[in-house]
This record gives sequence, structure tokens and C-alpha cells, in this order.
Amino acid sequence: MTAEWTLPLLIVVPLLGAAVALAAGRITDNGGYWVAAAVLTAEAVIAGRLIAAVYSGERIVYQVGGAALSRPEGLAIGIELLADTVSVFLLPLIVGVAGLLLPCAVRAEHRTTAFYSVYLLLTGGLMGVVLTHDIFNLFVFLEITGLATYALVASGRSKVSAVAALKYLMIGTVGASCYLIGVGYLYMVTGTLNMTDLAQVLAGDGFIQHALYTDPLVVTGFAFMATGLMVKAAIFPLHTWQPDAYETAPDDVSAYIAALVSTAGAYALARLMFTVFTPEFFAATPVAAEIVIGLAAISIVAGSLLAAMQHRVKRMLAYSSVAQFGMIVAAFGIAAHPAGGSTALTGGIIHLTGHGVLKAGLFLAASVIAARHGARTIQEYAGMGERFPIGAAGVALLGLALAGMPPSIGFVGKWYIAVGAVSSGLWPVAAVIVLSTVLTLLYIARLLEQVYVTSADIDTADSSGYPVQLAAVLGLAVLAVVLGFAGNVLYDLLAPFVSEVYAP
Amino acid sequence: MVIVLGIGLYMMIGSPNLVKKVIGLNMFQSAVFLFFIATAYVTDGHVPVVSGHGGADIRYASPLPQVIVLTAIVVGVAVTAVALALIIRIYNEYGTLDEASVQEVQRHDR
Repeated sequence: MTAEWTLPLLIVVPLLGAAVALAAGRITDNGGYWVAAAVLTAEAVIAGRLIAAVYSGERIVYQVGGAALSRPEGLAIGIELLADTVSVFLLPLIVGVAGLLLPCAVRAEHRTTAFYSVYLLLTGGLMGVVLTHDIFNLFVFLEITGLATYALVASGRSKVSAVAALKYLMIGTVGASCYLIGVGYLYMVTGTLNMTDLAQVLAGDGFIQHALYTDPLVVTGFAFMATGLMVKAAIFPLHTWQPDAYETAPDDVSAYIAALVSTAGAYALARLMFTVFTPEFFAATPVAAEIVIGLAAISIVAGSLLAAMQHRVKRMLAYSSVAQFGMIVAAFGIAAHPAGGSTALTGGIIHLTGHGVLKAGLFLAASVIAARHGARTIQEYAGMGERFPIGAAGVALLGLALAGMPPSIGFVGKWYIAVGAVSSGLWPVAAVIVLSTVLTLLYIARLLEQVYVTSADIDTADSSGYPVQLAAVLGLAVLAVVLGFAGNVLYDLLAPFVSEVYAP
Repeated sequence: MVIVLGIGLYMMIGSPNLVKKVIGLNMFQSAVFLFFIATAYVTDGHVPVVSGHGGADIRYASPLPQVIVLTAIVVGVAVTAVALALIIRIYNEYGTLDEASVQEVQRHDR
């Protein structure tokens, strides 16, 4: 039996669950929490079924509204959902992080019923971004994700989180509107919104019998869409919303959004660059790939330097995200560039997942340390190695994995990206990527020096052990190392998508 | 469309009042919708509603951009609602809607 039914369910179940959570909150005090737990467990089961189906070789397409819709002139009418090897690659990350972070609240004041409802909305929106095959549907799901994120960031009771959420809202909506303008341009030229059909029409298979890659409308469309998605993925100079939003959000919310929201934006950018505008577009207009690579490379350097200047740990981790997403988008740019480097595509996607795991762990660890010791700045982390050895070990493992120390998932991603960069012959970018390890160590080593080398004069631990959160942090750290040994497996999982992208 | 977009963008950047920034955001989005509707224009096109049994040789304006704009308007309304809710909370916390004063208080609090 095919697994087609899983696709719409994966999106609809959390959305309905959000409404049910609100209702359950009226009945019992903690109803929202239990509904969210039940929904995420169901999601995990359904996602498991889908992953099993796709990795046994199927490529599942689901027509929303029934399979009976005809295709006049060969173009799809309705909205399609697609599950292929790369969209399903991100599913375990989304379901895993959402499920893991549900019981991990260190402070619970912001955990109202509305919080659980918005939490499930965000999960549903992320599922939609990953599974949709229609560029306008992608806009709608990106906005759902964005709105849920604005609400979650603002759920902290502090004054600054409302301002940070408003700033994120305004920058994010301008970005989404830019993306929408791009969709408009593409629709004007091709007459379709479906991603596979767009690729066909752009290649010259549709109404217009020649390739459209150098058409100014198409190039402008790409420029607007890429700009909008780079706002979502927080690439310099469009990253200004990220430090405030990550820092002022409640700690478990920071972990969730740092792991997943920009990941969805970067995934959407990859879909755009490789499924819709195939590498042929970048062969015809290499300057597009060069601009993407250039901005991303600046992002790596600027993000790392800004991270090294920060005093507060959560703000440092936010700038670190800017740098890491710079590397991921640079990887996509290198893979798209006509000079070659298809390994960079695999590396980018692997690093996308790895970064999600690592940042979730780092923000969780920061939340536990802040709760137990009240330590929020790097100075206050002094001597954490003696005061809180398990937590410090978690931070060290995750931090070193982020810097790309083998064997860890961070190393696997960076390795493939670096191989792709060097094999493409784009020397400035390859140099930046190789140097990025040093740049990451700039801020990670600074933190680790405080944790292990500097000694503490006072010991201000509170007695509670936060076992759930600590177990989650250590679990993520161990997962990062274990996945580091699975580099070959991950490469093979993504190989069908990569060969499809580069097929002549 | 470009004029409305430019005005909206300028309002978002240049106006110190938070509510006016949200109005600017709305204008920016309205400009995008105008752009979409303009692309749906067909010379001598009718409203895209098929009367009777259809099949007659009538030109219709393209309905898909209109559907896109409807969805995008709904998204815009939701975003405006969240923005205004956040502004109400900022007003309750800071007592002012002036962006410079809010930044001053934040700098002072740090």
C-alpha cells in the first residue's frame, strides 16, 4: 500500500491539533501539553512510515484535492505535495526536535495553552514548507511558520521580547513579500506554480519553445525569491532580526526556532535553486550563483567575527547561526555554480540537519546552565567545568562538533562542502570555508576557555538537577557524534536527489 | 505599484511611530497585490465566472493571480493582527509608541 496518505496527514494533524489543544486547555489545566505530546507522537509514527517508504525507493507525489484533476497542456492545476529523498531527510529533524523540546521547559511561566497551540502550528507550518511542491504554497507555509515564530518569541514575559518579535515580524514580512514578488514574475513568464512544471517550462518544454534562463523576468524572479528566502535564513546583511529574537525568546523556544525556522528557509532556498531553477539556470547566468556565494561568504566571516565579540552566550549562539547558515547557503551556491561541485549540495543538506541538532543542544545547555547557576554571560560561565561537569561536557562536545571536529556531524557536513568547494575551483570561497573552522573556534574556544581553564571563585548552583533537559542535551551531543560516523550512509541517502538534480 | 511600494518602504524606515511602521508594511504588501492583479489583466477579458454551460468563445481574465492575491491578503491580515497585538503589549510595557524612546529605555535597562 502506498504511503501517499501520510503526506497531507503530516501537515494537517498538527494544525488540527493546535485547535484541539486550545479546547483541551479549557477542560484541564495541562490539557495543551498532553494534546501536543499525543500529536507529536502521532506525527513521529506517520513520519516513520513515510521515511520508510521513500528510502525504499519511492518518490511520492500527492495531489491535494484528489488524483482526478487532469493536467491540461501538461501543467498541474492543483497543489502537489512531494516527498523525495531530501524533503524526507529533514523530517526526522523536525519531528525529533519538536518532540524532544516539548518536555524540556526550564521555566514554565510562558507555557500557557496558547503556547502549545502555537507550538503545534509551528510544527505544522514546518512540515508544510518541507513537503510542498508549489511555490505559492511554499509562501503560505513560510508565513504560517513565521507568524507562529513571532508569537513564540513574544511569549516570553519580558519587555524586550515583544520589541524583538515586532522587529522580526517586520523584517520577515518584507522578506516574504519580496519572495511573493518573485513568484509573481515567475508566474507571469511560465504560467504555472508547480515546481517540476516550472523547471520544465524554464527549460523550454512549455508554451515557449526555447529555454528561458536568460529572460530578464526569470532572472529578476530568482533575485527577489532568493532575497526573500535569505531574509528567512538570516544571511548577512539580512540577519539583523536574528540576534534579538534568539536572545530574548524563552530558552526552550530559542532552542526550537534556532534549530528549525531558518533551516526551513534554507531548505526552501535549496529547493528553489535546484528543483525549480536547475543548475542550467546558473550555467546561463553564473552571476546569480556568484552573488549568492559572495553574500554567503561575507555572512560566514561577519557572523563569526560578530559572535566572537559578544558577551552574552545566547547572542553569541545567534550570530553563530548567521555564520553557519552562511556556510550552508555558500554550499548551495557552489553546487549550483557551473564550475561544478555537486558534493557541496550533499554537504549543505547534511550540515543543515547537523546544525539543527547542534544548535538545539547548545541552546538547551545554555538554558540549563542559566537556570542552575544564573550564568548568562561568558564571564559567568567561568569554571563551569568544575561546578557542573556534565553540562560543561555537553557544551564542549556540541561546541567542538559545531567547529567541525571529527568525528561529528559538523565535520561530515563541512567535509563534503569543502570537497565540493575545492573541486569547483572557486578559490576565494574554498579558502573562506576552510578558514571557517578557525572562525568558529574563535568564539567556541573563547567559551571553552572560560568553562575549563578559568577557575570559579563562587559556587552558586541551585539544587534542582533538571534531569530531563540534561538528558536531552547529552542525547543530542551523543547523536552528533554518532551521526559523524554515519557520513557514508547520509551521503547515499541523498544521492538519488543529487543525481536527479544534475541529470542531463 | 512601484510608487506605493516606495511609500510603504519609506514609512517603515522613516517613521518613528510603530503603528505607522505597520501601516507602511501594509502598503508594501498592497503594492505586491496590485502587481499580481495587474498581471491577470486580459484585453477585453470578462470576470472569470463561467455562466450557463460554458464552452462559449469568451475571453476571461486569468483567475489564478486573483486567488493568489486573496490568499496573500488573508496572510497580510493575520500578520497585521499579530503586529498590532505586539504593539499593544509594547505600549503597555514601555508607555510609548515612539521607536527612539523604546530604544532609549532598552539601552538604559541594559
